[in-house]
Amino acid sequence: MSNSLDSYLVLSALLFAVGSFGFLARRNAISMLMSIELMINAVNLTIVAFGAFVEPLKTHAAVIALIVIAVAAAEATVGLAIIIAIYRNKKTPLVDEYDAMSQ
Amino acid sequence: MPIGDSIPFTGISWDDVLFVILAATLLVSALLVVTLRDIIRCGLSLTVSFASLAGIYVMLGNPLIAATQVLVYIGAISVLILFAIMLTQTKNAPSKLVFQTQVLVAAVAAVFIGGVIIATILTTTWPSGGQRLWTATADVAHLLFHDYVLPFEAVSVLLTAAVVGGVYLARREIGKNEGDKP
Repeated sequence: MSNSLDSYLVLSALLFAVGSFGFLARRNAISMLMSIELMINAVNLTIVAFGAFVEPLKTHAAVIALIVIAVAAAEATVGLAIIIAIYRNKKTPLVDEYDAMSQ
Repeated sequence: MPIGDSIPFTGISWDDVLFVILAATLLVSALLVVTLRDIIRCGLSLTVSFASLAGIYVMLGNPLIAATQVLVYIGAISVLILFAIMLTQTKNAPSKLVFQTQVLVAAVAAVFIGGVIIATILTTTWPSGGQRLWTATADVAHLLFHDYVLPFEAVSVLLTAAVVGGVYLARREIGKNEGDKP
């Protein structure tokens, strides 16, 4: 099981599905960001799994995964800053109460 | 070698056992992230899922990515998320409903997405060697600083811009919110 590419890909598909459920269903904006992090992790797992099983992709996959991690860190920084800025205005972290761009 | 490659008398390899344990931890903690009511616990179980994913990266023969996962995700992003949770928690009105009203539709959509991806994975023949390869960190460094040096620089500019933008967005405007401080 641990030596087949399929099991890692299925694991990452399940992780992606869990993350997409959280993104669609949660009300809290920070929960939605956490779900996005889960989905990014699933994609990264796919990249690393392909790199570990396909010889020509071996080091390229590691480099691409590193770049994806850095971009995810940038995304989390800006996303959380936006949520905190909205929270200053609206006094709530719940996205279904964000019904206007400005007040 | 003190222990063999597989569990005695059963033929199950230790790698399989480790994979099942790590995968189960990952999926259960991810499910807790999206279903728990207390959002602080969501953040903590997000940390657990990052850690088990780092273990899976080690199993895939990629210690550099595993170390980066621990440093960046567990060390930075989890702390950032927990800080944001503590900054935005409202004491007077804890959210009665965890989910939006479209939770059933969301569940169906997630199951559909997962099913389609898994069906695609299982019906495609991948060019896999059937053996995990070890990725040497020195090779990654050579590739990163020769062929991928332009993306590397672009990512560093992006990170700088993101941090500056984050500080700009989240700063407290002086003299504006003085009146309605709790």
